[in-house]
Amino acid sequence: MFAACADPSGLDGLAWLGCYLTTGKHIDFYWSFLTVLILLAVTAPVALAFGFGGAMAARSPVLPLRLMGKGYTAMVRGIPDIVFFLFFVIALDQGLEWMLHQVRCPGWTDPIRQGLEFRVCPEAKIPSGNAAQIWHRLYGFGLAVVTFAIVFGAFAANVLYGAMQAVPKAQLETGESFGMSPRQVFHRILVPQMWVYALPGLSNLWMILIKATPLLFLLGVQDIVYWARELGGSKTSAFAYPHPDWRLYYFLGLLVFYLCMTRASEIVLGRLTQRLTRGQATLAGDARRRAAR
Amino acid sequence: MSCLQIIGDYAFRSLGYGERLLPRSDFTLCHQVTLIGSGLIWNIYFGALALIAGFFLANAVALARASGRFWLRKPAEWFIFVFRGSPLFIQFFLFYEVFVLLPKAGFDIPLGLITLTVETDWLTRAWAGALIVLFLNTAAYSAEIFFGALQSVPRGDIEAADAFGLSGWARFRRVLWPTMLRLAWPAYTNEAIFLFHATTLVFFSGFPAFQQRGDALYYANYFADKTFNPFIPYPIVAVYFILLTLLLTLVFGRVNARLNRHLPSNIRPRIRLRAQLIR
Repeated sequence: MFAACADPSGLDGLAWLGCYLTTGKHIDFYWSFLTVLILLAVTAPVALAFGFGGAMAARSPVLPLRLMGKGYTAMVRGIPDIVFFLFFVIALDQGLEWMLHQVRCPGWTDPIRQGLEFRVCPEAKIPSGNAAQIWHRLYGFGLAVVTFAIVFGAFAANVLYGAMQAVPKAQLETGESFGMSPRQVFHRILVPQMWVYALPGLSNLWMILIKATPLLFLLGVQDIVYWARELGGSKTSAFAYPHPDWRLYYFLGLLVFYLCMTRASEIVLGRLTQRLTRGQATLAGDARRRAAR
Repeated sequence: MSCLQIIGDYAFRSLGYGERLLPRSDFTLCHQVTLIGSGLIWNIYFGALALIAGFFLANAVALARASGRFWLRKPAEWFIFVFRGSPLFIQFFLFYEVFVLLPKAGFDIPLGLITLTVETDWLTRAWAGALIVLFLNTAAYSAEIFFGALQSVPRGDIEAADAFGLSGWARFRRVLWPTMLRLAWPAYTNEAIFLFHATTLVFFSGFPAFQQRGDALYYANYFADKTFNPFIPYPIVAVYFILLTLLLTLVFGRVNARLNRHLPSNIRPRIRLRAQLIR
């Protein structure tokens, strides 16, 4: 990157480290932090939308819709989330290719599942076989985002369903007695009041989402875990910057990154809890009273 | 090959007994159910041992966190913060690297006349290394739950203990601790369930599966990779884990009933599964 780094073997000390930390691969590593932040920024609203839909479906008076909603909210309770991550990435990929196959190759007679292979016609491959590398990576990232949104949508649906149930019934009945339609009651009374009850659960969910981001590595995305393993592994003198096994230091860096991310969220959560314990007849409330004295 | 024969060959494959090679073709449903069930032994091993050992450490850490002494409170706060604030996935990687970097030959501790050699090789194996990580992790999460419960002990209970002349250890043993457990139990049940779910991460995070002896998800992933068909192995894992979750809820529900046996049955706190803890 810099002119002084042209010959790394002649460098030592801080100059060596400076050059080492600015190699092309390290720049890729720094960009992958952005991947994590993009994932958080995209997944959070999409998962919230999924959760909202799930919670609404679970409250629906239509039986099939209600069953679907309840099933969606219940699915994350008994099954490890990582099973979903591994499952949805393949299942979504095959599902998309299968649909495209049905549309684009109606004359195809061979079975799609041939023994141990999943074979669709070449026109139905996503992305198409000769697409640039960047499309393959974007497609992989897109699949990961959808997977995260489905799983975290189920968590959010749990929280929002509970929050909707927590709004006092009398409030909704008052709306009805004023002659509001069910739709109006939902929009004007239930949703505005629900957020107060949902806030603790949703902030908790945000923390969980932050801590789930390294699972991107399992979905085949080149994220920070991938690069930490790649760059930290011991390099022989065949490489420009030989060094022993430094993965420990790279993972320590990642640990600090995540601790900073969660610390910031924890401070916000802490303020919230402080407000809630104020004036309660418990040890925490006593401690606050003593501190105020 | 009959299903009984397959069960005989693969039921304890994850522990190293039975057939050495994993099936390579002609995967039947029986193969998948048996082998994935065999892997579940590891999930139960990790979950149960980490939970039991973690319970004791969690009590100690929660008390230290609630202590008035600075040098007792601060380390406990940091312990909880580090393990709750970072992803379990990263913790597995980090600890694995630490264990790998320990000298292979072991430490020599000179004790005057004799020299004690401490082997460190076994720490890089999943059965020990991953167990240590899970133990510390669940201890931190549970300590936070117990600490929260300790803070929520009703003032009336403590005043009643004072009125009876209880103090110090007796007050803790007879009033504070039982009430704390009672308050913490529903949340602790969730923690236990999500700990068992977290055990599926072990073999995806640095710890190698020695001779392909892995957990349930490891074998499910093996089948999904070989057959390109995720619709059979992953639902099998899901069913196993739902059964495990139901069993756990049952056991913890029994303990909950025992903890609250002084209350009339209609106002006992009920355990509700809440998806609040994944790491």
